[in-house]
Amino acid sequence: MVTATTTKTNDRPPWMNPPSPLIRAVKAVVIVLIVITMLYPLVYVIAMSFASPEQARAGVVFPTEYSLDAYRAIFNGGTVLQGLRNSLFITVVGTVLSLAATSMLAWGLVRTRQVPGAKFVLILVLATMFFSAGIIPNFMLIKYLGLLDSTWSLIIPGLISAFNMIVIRNFFQGLPGELIEAARIDGAGEWRIFLRIVLPLSKPVLAVMGLFYAVGYWNTYFNALLYINDSEKWPIQVVLQQYVLAGVAIPGAVVSPDQPPPPGVTLQMAVIVLATVPILLVYPFLQRYFTSGVLTGAIKG
Amino acid sequence: MSVNIAETGPGTRVERASGPPAPGKKRTLSLRQRIWRERWSYTFIIPGAAFFLVFMYAPMAGNVVAFQDYSPFRGVEGSPWVGFANFTAIFNDPEIVTALRNTLIIAFLQLAFAFPAPIALALLLHSLLSEKVKRLVQTIVYLPNFLSWVIVISVWQQVVGGGGLVAGILDGFGMPGFDLMTDAENFKFLVVAQNIWKDAGWGTIIFFAAIAGIPSERYEAAAIDGASGWQRTWHVTLPALVPVATLLLILNIGSILTVGFEQLLLQQPMVGADAAQVLDTFVYFRGVLGGQWGIATAAGLLKGVIGTVLVLAANKFAKKMGGEGIF
Repeated sequence: MVTATTTKTNDRPPWMNPPSPLIRAVKAVVIVLIVITMLYPLVYVIAMSFASPEQARAGVVFPTEYSLDAYRAIFNGGTVLQGLRNSLFITVVGTVLSLAATSMLAWGLVRTRQVPGAKFVLILVLATMFFSAGIIPNFMLIKYLGLLDSTWSLIIPGLISAFNMIVIRNFFQGLPGELIEAARIDGAGEWRIFLRIVLPLSKPVLAVMGLFYAVGYWNTYFNALLYINDSEKWPIQVVLQQYVLAGVAIPGAVVSPDQPPPPGVTLQMAVIVLATVPILLVYPFLQRYFTSGVLTGAIKG
Repeated sequence: MSVNIAETGPGTRVERASGPPAPGKKRTLSLRQRIWRERWSYTFIIPGAAFFLVFMYAPMAGNVVAFQDYSPFRGVEGSPWVGFANFTAIFNDPEIVTALRNTLIIAFLQLAFAFPAPIALALLLHSLLSEKVKRLVQTIVYLPNFLSWVIVISVWQQVVGGGGLVAGILDGFGMPGFDLMTDAENFKFLVVAQNIWKDAGWGTIIFFAAIAGIPSERYEAAAIDGASGWQRTWHVTLPALVPVATLLLILNIGSILTVGFEQLLLQQPMVGADAAQVLDTFVYFRGVLGGQWGIATAAGLLKGVIGTVLVLAANKFAKKMGGEGIF
């Protein structure tokens, strides 16, 4: 039954009856509740990190007077800044190395039929998605390699994720074969083909995987707890855990010597915000690719 | 020199450039010749393969300390072998009983509530007619997945913890002392709620892919046959989600003994070990912090083996029931 009445939403297919107002209202309420649950805690934390000391101490649902004191105090303290610097290093260096290593392996494993042994390596890699050696054997390995208390212990063990490798390999398999074939006939070597043809054509998948790796490195927590004793080398997540969850006072967090330090709550909120902001910054770029099918195609395959 | 062609997809390899007799001729190449012909390919494969051998497979050998009275000071060579003593010690350890019970309760609650949550959310969002609203809500619900557990728990602490947002509001209504984060009794539900908050949104992405694969003619035909909106969801959308859900369920069953390690480790100080000790945190506290390396490794190894057996069993079961397995 096709109704002639025009509705606000033009996405409704012609065979579908207009939904009843009651169901629409219920759906709207549920959706709004979900959005509030997801978003309000984050908005609240960001807002409170800018709250004036008086309002922060009183505790309000949403601050109306603002102050930058918490951030000033944190930047004076230095510990949090050091954590941010460490995390930035791990994230940038780790992401670049991970992308290089993952795409190299993925390209090497595309032609499993022609390359003897490639199939075996592929199975070896895939199998790692279903087991892990466990906390203590991993710890022993890092210790054996002399990487304890080194920033590299947070980068090297996670260099290639089997899942990401499969996603990139899937994308490589979908590249136009004729182009690569033509280059081979022209005598281009594997490396030349990889660097000049394959990588430039694979920007979308490299962008998504790069951002996945970056988020992973930025969020590194447990490995740092396990491998890094020296607090100078802690990434921001460990710093955050110490000052916000374990309740340790942030050393030197004062605005100026003649002023009382900002309330602990705003300091904590500000550290949370600083640890979250990089994720919020890359999120819009990441988000573009979610619907592009790069990921979901790989999951199915 | 023979020229070979990149595979364009599984089973669709075109063999043109190497000339007419290619298929027969190819097989006559000896293995050594084939390896030599592909020598440059190995420069791509070997570094990555070496990485997986060193960082994924070599640590497996470290599990031998489960059969030793190991100490890092003596090393693997110097530590005495004790056979299955560590395993017997585990089964007589009251703490591991607590850890196992907590693990199983949390895993069960996750399966009951956190597993269906993305399916329900995907169906709800799918039923929205406006593409714009759908896109916007998706963007919002995906976000928490990208935050670390440290951030998530810090944020929750500020909202439902002592002195947090909700506590402040309740205080205003004359109900002081609200603090969900240190409530050991309801901790397991808190864990599941946090999981849903963080991951349910992102979990919808795979179900959306499955929904997008449903031909619209199917809905149309159902509508013409007089199926209501609910009936279309029940008879058209849901069956299309079954294969994906089965696959995820198999993977979930394999990780049933692995419940949110960082999440629980971070919150254990707030609620105590009785409520928050799970197998993974037991391994960490006993082994790395407590120095009982052998016992902790044995517990970790046991957990790993059980997990692998469960995946294989679940996979077999899914196949037997007429569904698709993962391998």
